Amino acid sequence: MENLAWLLLALPLLSAATIHLGLKRLQTVSALVSTAVAGVILAVTIILIGSETEDLAFSWASVPGLDLEIGLKLDSFAKNMMLVVTGVGFLVHLFSLAYMKDDSAKARYFGALSLFMFSMTGIVLASNFIMMFIFWELVGLSSYLLIGHWYEKDSAADAAKKAFLTNRIGDFGFMIGILMLWGITGALSFDGISEFFAATPEYSAFFVGTAVLCVFAGAMGKSAQAPLHVWLPDAMEGPTPVSALIHAATMVAAGVFMMARLSLSIGTETIEALWGVNTIAWIGGITSLLAALMATQQDDIKKILAYSTLSQLGYMVMAVGLLNPEAGMFHLFTHAWFKALLFLGSGAVIYACHHEQNIWKMGGLKGKMPITTITFFIGTLALCGFPLTAGFFSKEGILEAALHTNKALFSIAALVACLTTFYMFRLFFIAFLGKNRSKNADHAKEVGILMLIPLIVLTVMAVISGWNPIGEKLSPLHKAFILHLDSPAFYASIGSFIIGFLIAFKLYFNAESDPLADNGVAKVFRNKFYVDEFYAKLVGYAQDGVAAVIHFIDELVIGGLLVGGLSRAAGGVGRLFTRMQSGNLQGYAGLFALGVILVIYLTVFV
Amino acid sequence: MASLNDFLFVSGLLFAIGLAGVMIRRNIIVIFMCLEMMLAAANITLVAFSRFNVSENGLPDYDGQLLVFFIITVAAAEVAVGLAIIVALYRARQTINVEDLTSMRG
Repeated sequence: MENLAWLLLALPLLSAATIHLGLKRLQTVSALVSTAVAGVILAVTIILIGSETEDLAFSWASVPGLDLEIGLKLDSFAKNMMLVVTGVGFLVHLFSLAYMKDDSAKARYFGALSLFMFSMTGIVLASNFIMMFIFWELVGLSSYLLIGHWYEKDSAADAAKKAFLTNRIGDFGFMIGILMLWGITGALSFDGISEFFAATPEYSAFFVGTAVLCVFAGAMGKSAQAPLHVWLPDAMEGPTPVSALIHAATMVAAGVFMMARLSLSIGTETIEALWGVNTIAWIGGITSLLAALMATQQDDIKKILAYSTLSQLGYMVMAVGLLNPEAGMFHLFTHAWFKALLFLGSGAVIYACHHEQNIWKMGGLKGKMPITTITFFIGTLALCGFPLTAGFFSKEGILEAALHTNKALFSIAALVACLTTFYMFRLFFIAFLGKNRSKNADHAKEVGILMLIPLIVLTVMAVISGWNPIGEKLSPLHKAFILHLDSPAFYASIGSFIIGFLIAFKLYFNAESDPLADNGVAKVFRNKFYVDEFYAKLVGYAQDGVAAVIHFIDELVIGGLLVGGLSRAAGGVGRLFTRMQSGNLQGYAGLFALGVILVIYLTVFV
Repeated sequence: MASLNDFLFVSGLLFAIGLAGVMIRRNIIVIFMCLEMMLAAANITLVAFSRFNVSENGLPDYDGQLLVFFIITVAAAEVAVGLAIIVALYRARQTINVEDLTSMRG
């Protein structure tokens, strides 16, 4: 049965290869092939979840001291994560069929989407760090291709480049971390690492801690944690279904997934004793707070959702950093459904409004797109943690985890929950309620059935994925939800929802323009704390500095000494020899005679 | 009878005079004649060595004298070519003074 799992890797790869190599001209066929493959691997995943499976592996490269294998780790953690990837993936494929209907490069789009499914499957099922790293880079590539799908637009091409380069910084740390772990444990596979730590060996807590932090740098890049978060909002230049799949539900969660995998391998008790683990939780907490603040003042519907994704990823990282990967993965699981729902909902809105993304130019969509509005509203409730939706349960789990370990992070998390409700209802009030504020919004019509089906399925999942039998069976680490009615976390969750909702209602219900537009603090939020400008300056200065040094070396050492020096030496020697070319016949004869004398002297007397 | 050293002395003297002429004189025809003198000096040496290198059967070694004939023949040809060049040079430049012939200066 487990051999079916190879299909999960083979089919998307085959589809991507076929589309890129052969089917590019046949746009519709390509789209259908890719979607069919996504459907088949969803079915395979469901079959695998329903059956007992063992890990698969074959040796790939073997040298003394290093045995690399291509292996599939088919534990329930990986299988349930696969459900998220293939489930959201399939729905996004369906949605894309409608959304990208008129795109001139549909085949390229679906080819890259298949490539993404292949790489993401590789990350989830990888049995060792090297294989995970390879697929880690491959998702980076497919993300680059998809962000830059509309590469004729400068902003899209720049965003793709920015995403790729920012990830590179994190991946560098990731690679160092992998090598350090290999050096410490002598193993690259997750099983090997967990065997090493299970045997309670002697090791330096400092080095292992550093290695874990280095690996976390990779997660920071991929999951867009501060200070490497800048690429994710820009990545919204890609087509909206891509944002739903890659930049909300799956790829950006890969960092959290990888950290959870790592902490399971090393063991939470071992990690707890390491140096610097608190950093992870704090980075998560700070990211979630900053991102939530930035989200409150964005006007682009996708940007709001992007910052909200950042903020929720911060939650997950915080949970993993607080040594509660179960809570983090549970939130990842529920978040994938409702955030994909919100993104696809925004996609439907953007599609209906003729690619208008500014929420102030929408408004009044409630009457024109009733089904989209209802699904979006339920997604919003789930994201804000309204009781009985999936987000409520998983957010509650994280608040609970923070409450028992770190009070400061608990207050940050509660504040972020409040902000989340605030900015999501701001979005909802402005875009869906009130009056039409532009012609595009006035002409909006309900989208077609092909878009509505994914929205409805995701709406169902956004509600029920947190409920106990489903959450317990299907969330990657089998986190069962237990409601603590007497816990402060419960009241914090409800309270922050109510506060956030009331503020949003007061400020934005029926608002015609942003009442906070002239506020100084809001301006800082709107400008994303000037992080991008700071980086631009920093990179500018660093680049200019390095360039000045290199310019100096180029001018003086290379130009002056090496290239110029050689040419000057050759010129000098040449001028010396032109002296001898006097044109004086007798001078030549004299030199000739001297030469003869020298030869005689050398042959006879020496 | 004169010894080998005497011949070599004369030959050396002749060669030195020729070399000095080549180095010092400005008239290209004189230089040319001095060159011939140097060749003649070499010839004298060859003949002298040949004459004084007597083998076991009492005959001198004729290789040297044979070489002299070659040199004389080649020198004759060389004179023909050389004088022709000098005539051509004179027609081109209206001078046979080597100090004026410096167009090869680098």
